[in-house]
Amino acid sequence: MTKKKTLSGADIFFESLREEGVDKIFGYPGGATIKLYEKLYDVDFLEHILTRHEQGATHAADGYARVSGKVGVVLVTSGPGATNTVTGIANAYMDSIPMVVFTGQVPSPLIGNDAFQEADIVGITRPITKHNFLVKDVKDMASTIKKAFYIASTGRPGPVLVDLPKDVIAAECEYEYPKTIEIRGYKPTLKGHKNQIKKAAKIIREAKRPLLYVGGGVVMSNAAKELTEFAHKNNIPVTNTLLGLGSFPGTDPQFLGMLGMHGTYYANQAVNNCDVLIAVGARFDDRVTGKTDTFAKDAYKIHIDIDPTAIDKNVLVDLPIVGDAKIIMSGLLDELSDKPREDEWWNKIDEWRAECPLEYKRPDNQLRTQFVFEKISEKINGEAIIVSDVGQHQMWIAQYIKFNNPRSHVSSGGLGTMGFSVPAALGAAFAIKDRPIISISGDGGFQMNMQELVTAAYHKLPIKFFIMNNSFLGMVRQWQELFHAEKYSFTDLDDSNPVFTEIGTALGVESFSISKQDEVDDILNKVFAINDRPVLVEFKVAKEDLVFPMVPAGSSISDMIHKRKNPKGNK
Amino acid sequence: MKHTISILVENQFGAFDRVATMFSAKGFNIHSIAIGETEQRGVSRMTIVTSGDKQLVDQIVKQLNRLIDTLKVTELTGQARTERELALITVSFQKGSIEEIKNINDIFRGKIVDINNRSIMLEVTGPPDKIDAIINVLMPFGIKEMARSGTVALKRGEQIRPENEYVNKK
Repeated sequence: MTKKKTLSGADIFFESLREEGVDKIFGYPGGATIKLYEKLYDVDFLEHILTRHEQGATHAADGYARVSGKVGVVLVTSGPGATNTVTGIANAYMDSIPMVVFTGQVPSPLIGNDAFQEADIVGITRPITKHNFLVKDVKDMASTIKKAFYIASTGRPGPVLVDLPKDVIAAECEYEYPKTIEIRGYKPTLKGHKNQIKKAAKIIREAKRPLLYVGGGVVMSNAAKELTEFAHKNNIPVTNTLLGLGSFPGTDPQFLGMLGMHGTYYANQAVNNCDVLIAVGARFDDRVTGKTDTFAKDAYKIHIDIDPTAIDKNVLVDLPIVGDAKIIMSGLLDELSDKPREDEWWNKIDEWRAECPLEYKRPDNQLRTQFVFEKISEKINGEAIIVSDVGQHQMWIAQYIKFNNPRSHVSSGGLGTMGFSVPAALGAAFAIKDRPIISISGDGGFQMNMQELVTAAYHKLPIKFFIMNNSFLGMVRQWQELFHAEKYSFTDLDDSNPVFTEIGTALGVESFSISKQDEVDDILNKVFAINDRPVLVEFKVAKEDLVFPMVPAGSSISDMIHKRKNPKGNK
Repeated sequence: MKHTISILVENQFGAFDRVATMFSAKGFNIHSIAIGETEQRGVSRMTIVTSGDKQLVDQIVKQLNRLIDTLKVTELTGQARTERELALITVSFQKGSIEEIKNINDIFRGKIVDINNRSIMLEVTGPPDKIDAIINVLMPFGIKEMARSGTVALKRGEQIRPENEYVNKK
């Protein structure tokens, strides 16, 4: 029997990360974690990326996880360090992103005393983590870390927080990393029920107007290949949720684009007229369904999801299959792979496509975001990583940029976190080296985490930071115009916006600004030739543009708005 | 409609809080909650009475199952079960009314656990509707203070019907 080594909590921490195969960690040091950082100084198997804010660290780890498929890891200190991660954790929770966040905590005897830099982060993050832990004894450190990674990365993934009191980090014990872990209350279902799969195949075979409604779960479970094959072999049209984009080729003739509030007319029509709706890794979110009682009203609904709570949560379904999308889709492929093309259904879809394609006014003397995105889409040809922020530009990205690969569209879907793009792009850049990385923000969201340009500049990350500057908080302005009596309350940033190129330059990023359509090709050519450092481009775009089509919140697809009531020179 | 849900949880730091947090985060109601140890070391049983339609209660059960610390979740409503609650009720009395209170207490098979010259404390156990009933009856006397334990419940043993045996004996 080999004698176990006696190690400190700090040593055990890094040994455990090594066992978990962690090679990148996003963090920010502080008093409670200073022992860990002392040790980190000599650790050579992982790279620590110092962001400029703990929120930046969590979004970076999130972006890293989305692009790499691995668990994103964050290390921050107690109190404010920990509370600054809250938005990033909530964001990861809503989008089911595997992440482990380590927070320092004040020494155990001081917990509850309102000690300096104390916050009950385990209490605070309970509703926004998949699970969280407070390590009270150094003997539990290794097994807790093992559990944290296991829980974060299996089943429906999500963030897990591990709180490490300073004295536990300093204490010593015998160390052995557990080979396996047994959590009796946690046994995710992976294989779908066989008979349910058979039944689903039978129903899809008989369907006259089938439709695949595909969400982020397919990206998460690496099921894009199986899904695409299933759709092709059975001639079924595909619509994606925001997070599902990339799981089916955006340039494919069977692709109908995104569905929901800002989805295409034809995708939404297809949803409302299909006879069998096959939801895969999607959760019938309110931005997708609008009014739930009219959503795919007459369709037989099959719902494939790994999370049993997603079933019948928003919309009652006829046939649930709980399990991993990859396993279930290959099971379905075994059952069904030769469904003939339903011509009548496809003709109907083509009619809808012709009736209301995505469009905007062109040519135009103003620079339009839609135009820029079409140009970007041509330029990247589905082969780049696009990291979006939140708002109008996010919806236009979904509408106008074609994604051909999973894990190439990174977006804050569930929480809708402004300020996500800039730090998430850092994580994407650390995850992948051989594809261009483009961070796209509005002028509002960009200012929420622009400090992370420093991190990009320091690491010479080849990220293209694009700011679509319309001098407005555009999406809120859009709602104000359409639904709130045109009271443009605190959404006009024209007088207060900084000079973005000067900000970029000051933070170490070469910066450009354009405002005309005929400058777009040149600037894209220029920045796509720069691959050894970050660049920033401000696009001064049309100020009062609106995202169409739009289904107002809580309305039926039939209430879709296609254009402005009182034209202002825009569409 | 009221539903009784029985949950076995790891007796761990924060396990109760996780359940309570889930209920409040999802906007579910809790009518009563009772927690205590079980025959298994390290495992506690929580009995929660909640309300809602079937879809909502199904969702509650699934959300409870999703928590890492929960080991088993059983919806007891619609199953053969025994539900009990304990209440301590302090009632004030005037001259003459004490006999009446004692009678009521006897009818409900309660115990008198404390008495002084102004008030009397009763201990009553039974199904929650029995507790509701005695409270109603005592209300006119003036309930000074009351504590209810929340419902605890267990599934009853399987009822085996020996019908076939009778047939054979005939």
